[in-house]
Amino acid sequence: MADTPQKDTPQKKKGLGSVVINAERCKGCGFCVEFCPTRCLELSEQYNAKGYHPPVLALPEKCTGCNMCGLLCPDFAIYGFLFKKKQK
Amino acid sequence: MKADPKGVMTGAYFIDGDHACAEGAIAAGCRFVAGYPITPSTEVVERIAERFPLIGGMFIQMEDEIASSIAIQGGVWAGKKAMTVTSGPGFSLMMEHLGLAAMTETPCVFVDVQRAGPSTGLPTLPAQGDMMQARWGSHGDYAIIALCPNSPQESFDLTIKAFNLAEQYRVPVLLMLDECVGHMTERVVIPPADEIEITPRRYWEGAKEDFLPFKPDKDLVPPIIKAGDGYNVHVTGLTHDERGYPVMTPAAQEKLVRRLVDKIRKNADAIVEYREDQVEDADVVVVSYGITSRVAIPAIEQARAEGMKVGHFRLITAWPFPSKRIRELAVKVRGFVVPEINYGQMVREVERCVAGRARVRLVPHGGGSVHDPKDIYAAIAGVGKR
Amino acid sequence: MTEETMDVDVSMPTNTVEDFLRMERMPHIWCPGCGIGTTVNCFAHALEGSGLDLKKVAVVSGIGCTGRVAGYMKLDSFHTTHGRAIPFATGLKLANPELKVVVYSGDGDLTAIGGNHFIHAARRNVDMTVILINNFIYGMTGGQVAPTTPIGATASTTPHGNFEEPFNLPYLAESCGAVYVARWTAFHVRHATKAIKEALLKKGFSFVEIMAPCPTLYSRRNRLGDGLDQMKFYRDNSEIRNGADTKTVPLTFQGKITVGKFVDKDKPTYLDAMNEFYVKKFGEKFTPYKG
Repeated sequence: MADTPQKDTPQKKKGLGSVVINAERCKGCGFCVEFCPTRCLELSEQYNAKGYHPPVLALPEKCTGCNMCGLLCPDFAIYGFLFKKKQK
Repeated sequence: MKADPKGVMTGAYFIDGDHACAEGAIAAGCRFVAGYPITPSTEVVERIAERFPLIGGMFIQMEDEIASSIAIQGGVWAGKKAMTVTSGPGFSLMMEHLGLAAMTETPCVFVDVQRAGPSTGLPTLPAQGDMMQARWGSHGDYAIIALCPNSPQESFDLTIKAFNLAEQYRVPVLLMLDECVGHMTERVVIPPADEIEITPRRYWEGAKEDFLPFKPDKDLVPPIIKAGDGYNVHVTGLTHDERGYPVMTPAAQEKLVRRLVDKIRKNADAIVEYREDQVEDADVVVVSYGITSRVAIPAIEQARAEGMKVGHFRLITAWPFPSKRIRELAVKVRGFVVPEINYGQMVREVERCVAGRARVRLVPHGGGSVHDPKDIYAAIAGVGKR
Repeated sequence: MTEETMDVDVSMPTNTVEDFLRMERMPHIWCPGCGIGTTVNCFAHALEGSGLDLKKVAVVSGIGCTGRVAGYMKLDSFHTTHGRAIPFATGLKLANPELKVVVYSGDGDLTAIGGNHFIHAARRNVDMTVILINNFIYGMTGGQVAPTTPIGATASTTPHGNFEEPFNLPYLAESCGAVYVARWTAFHVRHATKAIKEALLKKGFSFVEIMAPCPTLYSRRNRLGDGLDQMKFYRDNSEIRNGADTKTVPLTFQGKITVGKFVDKDKPTYLDAMNEFYVKKFGEKFTPYKG
């Protein structure tokens, strides 16, 4: 599984932010899923090359871009970011 | 380059070997010393403690020798020339960090003012029982340089040389005094600063992005940098590659450790130093070092007065050992006499080089005093007998 | 949530933590669920927010799993001998006071073999930041007992259970003279980041203990689940008591955890004390030492 940025996921609603997941680095510890304040992450059904289930942004509209996942991730496999509002 | 005049106490003094060593360090540009008190070395750091504040030096008495021997390495990587000072029991404690300095190629000076051992031994009395430890004391393979002064004047001179060799070869250098040399008071002449030759640190001068902290120059020595200059250097005691990153393979081990050993071995001709007196047509050569080299002189002179052809070979560098020269002499002389204040350490190096081609007689001494010249004379006479 | 979703700019910023890491050395050696990597995030963010000149930041670590942090940080980093990061760091700092020296090492490294150096550096108030990752065990070597292992916990060298009283690290640090003492867990990432930043900017010996899971050894041997279980335990059993008396914050086996900033005071650092002393003694003859 390659990086799964969310920008090309067709969706109508977006949250305040999103995450970037480096699925191959993930070791499936589950910190991000458990401690995400809005519980918008889930462990994927799929495996990465090491045999772990990396996270996916299951509920993108709930992502606040708080980067709690990024702070917690011991493998530097996920981080969150805030969307910037385009200047009018 | 020349010594920095600030701190060089030019003049003639009546001081002991420990004090002369401290002055030598200061003259060499040493401005960071971490030490722990241990007889008979304490006077070195006491003098440093007194002198450093007014010449911009940093001295700290650490909580033990283990801390001292690594604090100096922090001092080196921050850009200073650094030294620590100890005696037997402290020397033993420092062994791990001697190995760290060798492995990380940290230029620094360790002074051992030897006293009788083993263990607490005779704290206030001389011996030369740490000579093999100086070479092999830390675990694993590496090489160091060790110098043996035999007078307070030499304590001054060879301390400067120790710092210069450390910088030249990016290696820890040991200064093996003994209690006698350390505590004997003699005339020491400290020249003007512009007559003292100092080897500056071999800093990298190329582009920052090209720097590899463990990539050697042609002489097998890598240039160095210091923390704080934006190199993001990584220094580890683990076996590492030229970037300094740990690589846990036999290939990396062979590449690195062989170079650490060869760095001294292959440059031995430039490093080895000794003094010879009448060895050219000698029947017997006395191989000595440190205080014993002075005690041997009356014995040698008596033998010569009786018509024996006796040469005197004095080690300045105990390590690397002057193997080449001893091998040369081995085929010319009847035998070697090796007086040392231990039960046989450097004599093993002589035996190794002589390889059975001549007699080798040890004149041992357990420590606590210097030899009686009569014993050295008796050995010379015995070895020289047809 | 707004409906104006099509107006936003979705360009992705990079993970700034990677700016502090030697990415060519990834993946690191730590186990799945190990908390050390989490603390590295906190450290990186703290550095970022501190405004410190990163060229002058030096990381020193000892031996052990946490000791490997130095090798992954893209800073001047020194992976020294077991227990001796603090005296090496002392040498760095005293030889060049402009350096910001951070010691990043584990509980066994810093308080068992390194205990003597810990107490003296704290006593002297050498200006350095000590980040101690406490996983209650010697992880790298296979899970031996540490001076922080709680009574009743099992380790490979206490296979029948540990009966030794462990250190109360904040109490130890405070009693030796540390001017900043805080304890957090790997769960408390934002608090830990802030504590590290405060410790970095604090003059003097600043100490931050961060509890972290060791799923492979401590948790497994003691049947505590995996890293996530331990993190949930931290979440559910920690009480924040800023300013608590450090005597009252010991840890027990799977017991209540007191976290917070316990000590934040001001005292002259080693160099400040030295310079002040020598100025008083020597007057103009003494040039204050700056390195």
